[in-house]
Amino acid sequence: MNVHEYQAKALLKKFGVPVPAGELATTPAEAEQVARRLATAPIVVKAQVHAGGRGKAGGIKLAQSPAEAVQRASEILGMCLRTHQTGPEGKLVRKLYVEVGAAGAREFYLAVVLDRAKEKLAVIASSEGGVDIEEVAARSPEKIHSAFVDPNVGLYAYHARELGFSLGLTVEQVKSFEAVVRGLYRLFVELDASLAEINPLVLTQSGQFLALDAKLNFDDNALYRHPELCELYDPEEEDERERRAKELDLAYVGLDGDIGCMVNGAGLAMATLDMIQVCGGRPANFLDVGGGADVEKVTESFKLILRDPNVKAILVNIFGGIVRCDLIAEGVVAAAREVKIQVPLVVRLQGTLAAEGRALLAKSGLNITPAETLREAGEKSVAAARAALAGQRDVASHLGAVS
Amino acid sequence: MAILCDKETRLLVQGLGKTGRFHAKLSLEYGTAVVGGVHPGKGGTTIDGLPIFDTLRGAVAETGANASVVFVPPPGAADAVLEAADVGLPLVVCITEGIPALDMLRVKNALRGSKTRLIGPNCPGVVTPEQCRIGIMPAQITRPGPVGVVSRSGTLTYEAVDQLTRLGIGQSSCVGIGGDPIVGSSFIDVLALFENDPQTRAVVLIGEIGGSAEEAAAEFIKTQMTKPVVAFIAGQNAPPGKRMGHAGAIIAGGKGRASDKIAALTAAGVNVARSPAEIGEAVAKRVPGLTI
Repeated sequence: MNVHEYQAKALLKKFGVPVPAGELATTPAEAEQVARRLATAPIVVKAQVHAGGRGKAGGIKLAQSPAEAVQRASEILGMCLRTHQTGPEGKLVRKLYVEVGAAGAREFYLAVVLDRAKEKLAVIASSEGGVDIEEVAARSPEKIHSAFVDPNVGLYAYHARELGFSLGLTVEQVKSFEAVVRGLYRLFVELDASLAEINPLVLTQSGQFLALDAKLNFDDNALYRHPELCELYDPEEEDERERRAKELDLAYVGLDGDIGCMVNGAGLAMATLDMIQVCGGRPANFLDVGGGADVEKVTESFKLILRDPNVKAILVNIFGGIVRCDLIAEGVVAAAREVKIQVPLVVRLQGTLAAEGRALLAKSGLNITPAETLREAGEKSVAAARAALAGQRDVASHLGAVS
Repeated sequence: MAILCDKETRLLVQGLGKTGRFHAKLSLEYGTAVVGGVHPGKGGTTIDGLPIFDTLRGAVAETGANASVVFVPPPGAADAVLEAADVGLPLVVCITEGIPALDMLRVKNALRGSKTRLIGPNCPGVVTPEQCRIGIMPAQITRPGPVGVVSRSGTLTYEAVDQLTRLGIGQSSCVGIGGDPIVGSSFIDVLALFENDPQTRAVVLIGEIGGSAEEAAAEFIKTQMTKPVVAFIAGQNAPPGKRMGHAGAIIAGGKGRASDKIAALTAAGVNVARSPAEIGEAVAKRVPGLTI
């Protein structure tokens, strides 16, 4: 789960990491009030969306007075912010964070992540702050320093010292740096984060560290033990279909093709997308109905897939291990009747009770194309989507001829 | 021979909810020696004919079990695995999906140097055809034979096994290592077991996007393995930054892409099937004469 910058900063503050003073605003008038309360210049008006690269896209602006803050706020609020992380559709700005403008003598990068290969927690620091860390990693990897921490042993002062000295900090600076590292590490571990990143972490003229921007992601699997974090969830930041899938406990990712997919198991679901592409088609979505697929889940999955207007055909690919194919077939039939699926439907049932499942589909009188193997499923769904598309074009050209 | 489990395996079940009971029954029917279950507070009773114990230590003392399968829900799963490791059980297979990553990181670091081998979590388990079934795999699609299968996925493993069986190619053991970012046993751990198993003549490796386990496996195959390996990597067209079902299946910061994994495996002499429909055929082509 992602949170907004203003939420991340409130959490950092709670864990003893210094952040600039600031407040949330949802209207230009509120932005003005916050600016008056902060009573300093410059102040920064920042779009609150779940995406990086906001500055370049025009989502972060300086203001020298409360009056100017109003102007900047009205420019940013309601704009559709397009950054390299939002995709071409962009993100609507609904909230602003108004904070004291701070400049640093030096800018650093600091993060805690779970290192899958080392199987440790990694504290990563770089003297190149304020830019994408991936960019630094590609351009000058020697500027990235890491300390690896066994979570059962915990973070020690030496971890922070090693990092601090390799950043070229003085003894005094290393001490305050250590406090920041400790705070960030404690936040990561106590809140089950999956990423805790401060970028840039600035060292001010007065020798104080300040987190100017921060990104926190939390482990969805651990949210059950952090009810306070669940309240930070902002459903408006999520794709509508992905949000609905979450409510239904389905794994769904929207893609830009025209073949809707319903598969059991994440690996087979990914492989099904690959199969469609090998056959020359383009999948419209990833959807894992999971192991406990029943009539309701299958029905809801169809509804979800059909919310995407680009879908020209649907492929259902089930390898029944524990899932019984006859039950899936009943689900498909019931769902197809309830949802009134207008696009061609290709169904491949394999594994436990597959023959019974196929018989049920054949008997249903529904227009379902059966497929035996994975390859056949891919080929038939691609052919169906092409035929549907060609049909649409025919109708369109026919209408054109008539008018 | 086979790896991880065989006719000698004596299995305990930790977590006897609906799923645990259902699969304990299927494993018994398959011929696996399921010798008991652990359910704190129900010690001394029986569930579906299985003797139940309050603690795993007590269960092992009474039954002589040498393996356990964990179906305990996420909040208690790390506890169940560590309990089994504390007793020194040689094999623990954790099926549970949705365990917090930090819990698994702690378990993984705690198991370093222990004699317990953990498979999973978030995995379908292990099947040694006609000998032993641990977990939730549909064992009826497997056949005994010379090919080892190791995979990060569940249903895609079934797909690959099914392709092999249809071509008349049997399996030595089928191992799902799990789809989480931190798993008890890596591809390398299982590849090493297959390399040393006399029954296994070739290995199928099924990877997916996210992390660098496939790249590490490629390095191991290149330097340590003599047996031929065929692979498939799922998620060749997955968009970056999106979690594809599995907690571990995400392309992050330009890392974990299928193309990099395929390149690393190909460079290590692995035949990588480009289409998921060609995994079985790729094995038949790479090692002629494998059919039973």
